Amino acid sequence: MKYSSQKVAYAYFVAALGLFAIQVLVGLIGGWIYVSPNFLSELLPFNIVRMLHTNALVVWLLLGFFGAAYFIIPEESEREIHSVKLAYIQLLILVVGTLGAVVSYIFGIHEGREFLEQPLWVKVGILVAALIFLFNISMTVLKGRKTAITNILVIGLWALSLLWLFAFYNPANLSLDKMYWWYVVHLWVEGTWELVMASILGFLMLKLTGVDREVIEKWLYIIVATALFSGILGTGHHYYWIGLPGYWQWIGSIFSTLEVIPFFLMMTFSFVMVWKGRKNHPNKAALLWSLGSATVAFFGAGVWGFLHTLHGVNFYSHGTQITAAHGHLAFFGAYVALNLAVFTYAMPMLKGRNPYNQVINMGSFWLMTGGMSFMTFVLTFAGTIQTHMQRVVGEDFMTVQDQLTVFYIMRFGAGAAVVLGAILFIYSVLVPRKELFTETSGSKPVTGSNPEAQAVLEGGR
Amino acid sequence: MSEFLTKSRARNIFYGGSLFFIGIFAVLSIDSHLYVVNESTAKAPLTDEVVLGKHVWEKHSCINCHTLHGEGAYFAPEVGNVMTRWGVLDDPDDAAETLGSWMESQPSGIEGRRQMPYFKLTEEEVRGLSEFLRWADKTNTQDWPPNDAG
Repeated sequence: MKYSSQKVAYAYFVAALGLFAIQVLVGLIGGWIYVSPNFLSELLPFNIVRMLHTNALVVWLLLGFFGAAYFIIPEESEREIHSVKLAYIQLLILVVGTLGAVVSYIFGIHEGREFLEQPLWVKVGILVAALIFLFNISMTVLKGRKTAITNILVIGLWALSLLWLFAFYNPANLSLDKMYWWYVVHLWVEGTWELVMASILGFLMLKLTGVDREVIEKWLYIIVATALFSGILGTGHHYYWIGLPGYWQWIGSIFSTLEVIPFFLMMTFSFVMVWKGRKNHPNKAALLWSLGSATVAFFGAGVWGFLHTLHGVNFYSHGTQITAAHGHLAFFGAYVALNLAVFTYAMPMLKGRNPYNQVINMGSFWLMTGGMSFMTFVLTFAGTIQTHMQRVVGEDFMTVQDQLTVFYIMRFGAGAAVVLGAILFIYSVLVPRKELFTETSGSKPVTGSNPEAQAVLEGGR
Repeated sequence: MSEFLTKSRARNIFYGGSLFFIGIFAVLSIDSHLYVVNESTAKAPLTDEVVLGKHVWEKHSCINCHTLHGEGAYFAPEVGNVMTRWGVLDDPDDAAETLGSWMESQPSGIEGRRQMPYFKLTEEEVRGLSEFLRWADKTNTQDWPPNDAG
């Protein structure tokens, strides 16, 4: 760690990990309700469970992005963060807002648009926090060295914050409501978030592989260009059946097919950089998560997205378990795994110690990735049967669902593996191991002295 | 490729291309907005009852179990065409009555069956929700869903 203000990231990562734990545990409850529907049905109905699961996910991913930005930007801009105090105030607002939202959801107080259920005061809090954040990082970046990594990261974060404004606009006309709702939801995860993902991935590749910056930055611009060229009009794949014009069926089909490209490029980029790079970085777990993220994102977002994106297919598969399968693997690969990659990379430096027990961390990667993949497969099978029986044959919804129990049981098992993996991950990054470094000894290891550990402390140089 | 496509060229393509696609998206959005208002949802008037119904729909977060035009959770049936499924699409009184008695009988408490919570709705709210669902059912959704099962 070269700049002391990077330490801010630690608080963000810890908060994110806390919410991550809540997210997967609540997800497990949701998975169990599918198997045993009377479970908690009076106390914590499924709609509240799902709200907690999805909201916790989105907020912890954002906290991770913010933390990653605070970690990356000083190093890229070669200067301290503009205001450390503002960064902590921003985090405080987000944590209070999040806890407030969680408590009010449990008591049934929420707004009613999917994923945007936050009470108004929380929405405003998120906006204020975003403004503080934008001010803080923009000031840092403007005064410092300009790189493609910070440029793309800041553009992505600015754009996602501006799009948040659409969360405040809820027209009485349902079709208009849905159309603008996607401005937040789609243009986040299939637009601006991809910019954030690409720049973070670029940073990790720069540090972990030692490939020349020029090469990495050119790749980055190509990746984000393909992301936005396909992703903006790719919004059309959500506009097929909600009361919008028929031309979206063609625009959506064509451009969302192209949405596979940025994910393919990110995967190719990561592997090419690792092959080209000569550096043997000691933080193997961070490299595993980075490559894993790019790969699983390609399958989850790219392949599983394409699976049901053509309008002729989507006419039958829209809103079935196919969508659930895609959603789970896409979010895990693209955004969960990427965040966990940054945490894994940065935590040793933030805590001033060796790369922790990497075996546990890497084990958690395989448990979570295996679990999510299995979950995706069984939900895809369930969705295929559902699509045929309900949409083609015309059987009643619940009659079909009753036939799918075996898949929901397997999904629950897969979810349990993911939860176990998450717990192992949190343990591996938060609980200190033996090889501690003291701040005062000039980053010299107290015990377990070795050059590799020194390299990790100094950001892999 | 590496000589022709320099970093700054790649950056300019990214900026220029993104602005181009944002422009197209903005134009199509305006066109779609007008289409919704003037065509796809013009068949049924957006009455106060419908607006109240949308509010009831949101207040109880129905979307986190059901789908509406295929969007939402996949835990409970599609309701974008529920009025067609019940055969009450063009009969507001019958629709409100059917919906009201359905809501009143929840939760079923049957073991092994997905449970819908009991929502304490006033008569007005039931009427509003029913009008909202009838309104949504009349939206031109390009003939989706494929059949009445939703």
